[in-house]
Amino acid sequence: MVERRPLSNLIAHLILWAGVIVVVFPVYYTLIASTHNPRDIFNGEIGFLPGGVPTENYKAALFAGAKQVKTTPATVMMLNSLVMALMIAVGKIAISIVSAYAVVYFNFWGRMAAFWTIFVTLMLPVEVRIYPTYKVVADLGLLNSYWGLSVPLIASATATLLFRQFFMTIPDELVEASKIDGAGPMRFFWDTVIPLSRTNMAALFVILFIYGWNQYLWPLLITTDAGMDTIIVGIRRQIVTSDANTDWHIVMATAVLAMLPPVAVVVFMQRLFVKGLVETEK
Amino acid sequence: MRAVKKSYGSTQVIHGIDCEVADGELIVLVGPSGCGKSTLLRMIAGLEEITAGEIAIEGRVVNDVEPKDRDIAMVFQNYALYPHMSVYDNMSYGLRIRGMAKDEIEAKVKKAADILQLGQLLQRTPRQLSGGQRQRVAMGRAIVRDPKVFLFDEPLSNLDAKLRVQMRVEIKQLQHRLATTSFYVTHDQVEAMTLADRMVVMNAGVAEQIGRPLDVYAKPASLFVAGFIGSPAMNFLGGRISSDGRAVELAGGAPIALGNGHGAASGRAVTLGVRPENLVVTGNGRAPDFSAAVTLVETLGADTLVHARIAGAASDLIVRLDGAAVVKEGDVLPLAAPAASLHLFDQDSGKRIGE
Repeated sequence: MVERRPLSNLIAHLILWAGVIVVVFPVYYTLIASTHNPRDIFNGEIGFLPGGVPTENYKAALFAGAKQVKTTPATVMMLNSLVMALMIAVGKIAISIVSAYAVVYFNFWGRMAAFWTIFVTLMLPVEVRIYPTYKVVADLGLLNSYWGLSVPLIASATATLLFRQFFMTIPDELVEASKIDGAGPMRFFWDTVIPLSRTNMAALFVILFIYGWNQYLWPLLITTDAGMDTIIVGIRRQIVTSDANTDWHIVMATAVLAMLPPVAVVVFMQRLFVKGLVETEK
Repeated sequence: MRAVKKSYGSTQVIHGIDCEVADGELIVLVGPSGCGKSTLLRMIAGLEEITAGEIAIEGRVVNDVEPKDRDIAMVFQNYALYPHMSVYDNMSYGLRIRGMAKDEIEAKVKKAADILQLGQLLQRTPRQLSGGQRQRVAMGRAIVRDPKVFLFDEPLSNLDAKLRVQMRVEIKQLQHRLATTSFYVTHDQVEAMTLADRMVVMNAGVAEQIGRPLDVYAKPASLFVAGFIGSPAMNFLGGRISSDGRAVELAGGAPIALGNGHGAASGRAVTLGVRPENLVVTGNGRAPDFSAAVTLVETLGADTLVHARIAGAASDLIVRLDGAAVVKEGDVLPLAAPAASLHLFDQDSGKRIGE
C-alpha cells in the first residue's frame, strides 16, 4: 500500500464484504436449510436461523438417502467419491512425477516427442475425448468400477508439466554430487527428488483431490449402478423435477456433507505447504 | 596419479593436455572464464566424457569408469549440499550408499567434523548454516570418503573476501594434513599462487604453462601467462632488438639494455615484459632507461601503484612503489628496468624468448 486513507479503506472493505457475502450466503443458506423439516422448507418458512431437526436430517441423509426417489445413502456415495478422488490424486502425482523425472533427467530417444505428446494432452480434457474414452472403458469392462471412475482422469499433463518445471530448478550440481556419492538414478529419485518435491506434491494433492471430488460428467456416464454413485452425481439424482416432491432437507444435508472432505483436505494440507513456502531455500 | 592427454567436444574446447601428478600434490588449474579448466576438472570427475586421450588414476585408466567408482570426491562451487538432509546425513550419504557399517560411518563423520569444527552443527540443515559453514560441510562430505583424489571447483568464489582468505589457508592446511592428491580450479591467480604445489595455467583449452607457482611467476612461458599471473599485471612494451643485440629499442625510441643469452636475433619484433614491482625510479648516479608521466596514483597503504605513460605509448605502465613514496599526478618519473627482471616474448606467437 502506498498510503492509507479512511475513505479508500472503507471502499476496499465494502468490496471485500460484498464478495464474502456473495460467496458465503448460499453456503450459509444450505447449512440452515439442512436443519429444518421438509414441510417448513416447502412452505418457504425457514428464515435465516437454524431449524430444530439437524440430527434427524443428517442421519437420514447419511444412512438412508432421499425417500421420494430412492437414492443411495450419503455414506456410500462419500466413500465412492473419496476412493475416486484419492485414486485420481495419488495416481496423477505418481505417474506425473515419474514421467517428469524421465523427461528431465534421461536422454532417451524420442524424449522431446514424449514431452510434446504429454503436453498436447493438455488440450484434451475428459469432456473432449469422452466418447472414445467411454468406449475404451466399456470394452475393458470397467464400467461401474473404481478403476473406470479414476483411470481415465489420471492421465493428464498439468501435473507432469508442473513437476518438470520444478525439476528444472533443482541445480545440476546436486545431480552431480549424487553421482559422485554413488547414487544411481533410483537412489537420486528417492533420496533427493522426492523429498525436495514434498511441498509441490502437497499442493498438487489438494488441487487434484478437489478436481477428483468435483467430477460430475464422467461418473454420471460410466456408473449405472446406484451403489457406485459419487456424491456429486448423487445430489443431482436426489433432485426430482416431476412426479414427486424433492426431499430438500436431505438434498441440503447431502450438499453440506459433500463440502466437508475438500475443506478438510485444504485445512490439513495447508499446514504442509505453508511450512514449505516458509522454508524455501534462498 | 597420471593424467594424460584429453580433448573434448564437437567443437574442441580442450586441445590436448598432458600432465603427470605426483601422489599428494595439489594442482591448481587456473585461467580466465571459459578456458576449459572446469571442463577439465569435470572430465577427471567423470561428469564429462573424454573425447580423446586418457585419464588414469594410480595407473588405472578411468575413461569409461563411472564417477562413483573413480575413488574421487568433489567440492562444488555452490556446495551442492542436499538441502533436505542434515549436515550429518549430507556427509554420510555417500558412505551409506556404499553400504558401510553404521558405527564405522559415525566414526568417520565424527572425525571429519572434528577436523572441520563442525561438531556442533551436525543436526542442522544446510539452510541454517552460513556460507563458510556450508563450505566446510561440502569439504567434510569429500573428506569422509577418504578418496584418492579431491576435486575442488572454485570452492571459494561464493564467499566474501575475508572468509575466502581464511578458507584458503584452511584448505591448504587440510590438504597438507591429509596428503591427498588434489585438483583445484580457480580463476583467482592469488588463490592459485598461494595454494598450488604446481599450477596449470590454461587459456582457450590449452595448458599454457605447467609449473611451480614461483617458477611460473619468474619465467612465464607466454604473454598470456605473464599477463595473468601477478597482480597488478605485467607491463608490456612493444619494441625491436637493437642491431647489436644487446638492447630492445622501444617504439618511443629509448633502448633498454638486455642481459646476455636471450638468443633473439637483431631486428626481431618483440614484446618486452616487466613487472610493476621490478621497475625502479632512478635517483642519483644511474641514468634512467626511459621516463613516463604520471597519470594516476593509487595508494594502497603498503604499496603505491603509479600509472604512468611513456610519451608516444598506447597505454599506461604500472609501477609499484613503496607506500612512503611521494608521487603526484603530472610528475615525470625517471624509470629503469633492470636487465635481470626483463621478459622477452615473440611479438607474433606470444611465446617466451630465451631464459
